Amino acid sequence: MKNHTMRRALAAGAGLALAGTLAACGGGSEAGGGGGDGASADEIEAALQEGGELTYWTWTPQAEKQVAAFEAAYPNVDVNLVDTSGAADNNQALQNAIAAGDGVPDVVQIEYQSLLQFQLPGQLTDLTEFGFGDLEDLYTPSTWGAVSQNDGIWGLPQDSGPMAFFYNEALFAEHGVDVPTTWDEYIEAGKALKKADPDVCIGNDTGDAGLATSLIWQAGGQPFRAEGEQVTIDLADEGTTRWADMYQRVLDAGILCDIPGWTDEWFAALNDGTIASITFGAWGPGILEGSVPDGAGDWRIAPMLSYDGTPVNAENGGSSEAVPADAPNKLLGVGFLKWLNTSDESIDEFMATGGFPATVKQLESDEFLGYESEYFGGQAINEVLVAGADDVVEGWQYLPWQSYANGIFADTVGQAWLGETTLADGLAAWQAENVKYGTDQGFTVTE
Amino acid sequence: MSALPPATRPRPGGRLTARVSRAGAGFVTPFLIAFALVFIAPLAYSLYLSLFRNQLVGGTQFVGLDNYAAVFVDPKFWDGALRVMLFLAVQVPIMLAIALVAALAIDSGRLHGRRLFRIGLFLPYAVPGVVAAMMWGFMYSDRIGLTGSLNDLAGFDLLAPYAKHWLLVSIGNIVTWEFVGYNMLILYSALKNVPTETYEAAAIDGADQFRIVRHIKLPAVRGALVIATVFSIIGSFQLFNEPQILKGLVPNLISTSYTPNIYAYTLSFQGNQVSYAATVAIVMGVITAGIAYLVQLRGMRRDS
Repeated sequence: MKNHTMRRALAAGAGLALAGTLAACGGGSEAGGGGGDGASADEIEAALQEGGELTYWTWTPQAEKQVAAFEAAYPNVDVNLVDTSGAADNNQALQNAIAAGDGVPDVVQIEYQSLLQFQLPGQLTDLTEFGFGDLEDLYTPSTWGAVSQNDGIWGLPQDSGPMAFFYNEALFAEHGVDVPTTWDEYIEAGKALKKADPDVCIGNDTGDAGLATSLIWQAGGQPFRAEGEQVTIDLADEGTTRWADMYQRVLDAGILCDIPGWTDEWFAALNDGTIASITFGAWGPGILEGSVPDGAGDWRIAPMLSYDGTPVNAENGGSSEAVPADAPNKLLGVGFLKWLNTSDESIDEFMATGGFPATVKQLESDEFLGYESEYFGGQAINEVLVAGADDVVEGWQYLPWQSYANGIFADTVGQAWLGETTLADGLAAWQAENVKYGTDQGFTVTE
Repeated sequence: MSALPPATRPRPGGRLTARVSRAGAGFVTPFLIAFALVFIAPLAYSLYLSLFRNQLVGGTQFVGLDNYAAVFVDPKFWDGALRVMLFLAVQVPIMLAIALVAALAIDSGRLHGRRLFRIGLFLPYAVPGVVAAMMWGFMYSDRIGLTGSLNDLAGFDLLAPYAKHWLLVSIGNIVTWEFVGYNMLILYSALKNVPTETYEAAAIDGADQFRIVRHIKLPAVRGALVIATVFSIIGSFQLFNEPQILKGLVPNLISTSYTPNIYAYTLSFQGNQVSYAATVAIVMGVITAGIAYLVQLRGMRRDS
């Protein structure tokens, strides 16, 4: 392990900076890189009892409390918690650490849509070797499906994000506009709101790739199929076209604010009642409660907008935790991961401040379902969110290079938000770029 | 050496020569080590990287000069390169003209609060580029920024910094704001080097201020102007911070290949194409060096 690191670093030729950090890389490597180093549940438990140090990268807000609970349960283990602040920074740092062969974490948070990007080049540990196959029944089918692809188990689900329609009920009532339940009604309601107050938008979107792919998923599209190195891309399939036709009408109606999500301007617009509704994953309540205090009591959650009245849903966001193949303390990492995403103690801590779990037991508990949220006017929000999880269309797959694909979304499909092209043409351009990229990356891509 | 009288010149192959060269090597070595580590090594490593291809499937392979062949026919690369060249052709002359006028004004001695102007113009340079871009990014917002207030005041859309055809101008405005003071200082220090006797002589000959500017001050800053131009050319070709920050606010207007640096960044950190990114960086570096060298040659020839 150490020699391997040394060679990489020297090849990197980055000189002193890297060479200096080498001294820090003498740590234990009882279960070094590569496969074939599995362990039984007893061996994992023994390793946790014996103790040691491990590094955990995450941007989960509850991580600090979870780690504290873990260290109380296993006092000999010292967890070095690193806040990576968000998926994009996290993935970039992980990619860099793996490339440098130094500073690789033992456990790391990875979004479902990015798992393949790390799994395909062999950068993740197959947890099958550690008996994790037995854990399948703990999780919802869609989250388990996301972590178990290409004949392996590459992480354990942390949360899930079945979508729902979050709306500012007070604002709709003020303008006498009915709350929509279908996309057609959404367009009409958007026009009615605009007419009542030109400053109000029913929603905001500047071409969020994550939202677009989730909505394509909801429309029944399956544009991406990945089986190992075989990838199929068809961004003109029936479901994708269904979304594109509908959403083109949304764009043409001019009812959306061109405020990008997660910016200061966006939070301001949610607080002052400029944006009347929003499509979030089930993690949404925490965002509104935390960052939109002025909306307390006004917001409600409804099932996802449908196309024809038949409930249909998809996931948006959601993460797993994984153990990198080059993790220096792999056995400890595996043990921590198992505790983190299976133990009641950890999951309760996660749910205490708005986390939406992936485990069936917690999702179906009476306490969770019966919870009445003060922020949402006493609404039993989890009933709506959990029911939404049952309507998620099965069989969706992301591209093995989804984060890059999302990066170039604005270059192609995003132009439709400017009126420079149509969604259909934008999707065709996005497809062409992805076919080229996939082929360059060594995949066999068919259209 | 040639100025030394022959008598003191050391005999060829004598002991003195050997001692001098050994001592010299001792003085030069620390610099050479640092130079090799921070200048040569990264360049050599980039050149090395550019000979490979990184793939999610199949790993890293040696491909010789394939990446270079690909860059030369890559429309995304040329799109970005032409954009920064256009930016260079328009923004740099405007910025340097403002800097020159400011330097002449401060040097004229007829300005009240000369020091205040000098520090005020220079201050934006002390603001980190990322912070400056964020600040302007907010001011440009039609909804929450200064632009919105001005448009409200005017009653119509007077300013549209985030319109597609104005965006490059908006970026140019940020860069100009940031670097006028810096260039002013370079030009002003050149003006300070003009001996006062020259001005006295001109005054005795009855030259007015405009003649002094034309025949003394402008020739005096020509060398500094060439240097400022070369710096600005390099800065323009490396355009990154401003568009990258604004992309967060207007994602569809700034593509992942808006400038060559943004393109290289995207390739490397989102696209897992470190080698191709290195190739883009090297090709852009060679183009930059070539153009900067031509400008310097031309500028210096006029000078003599």
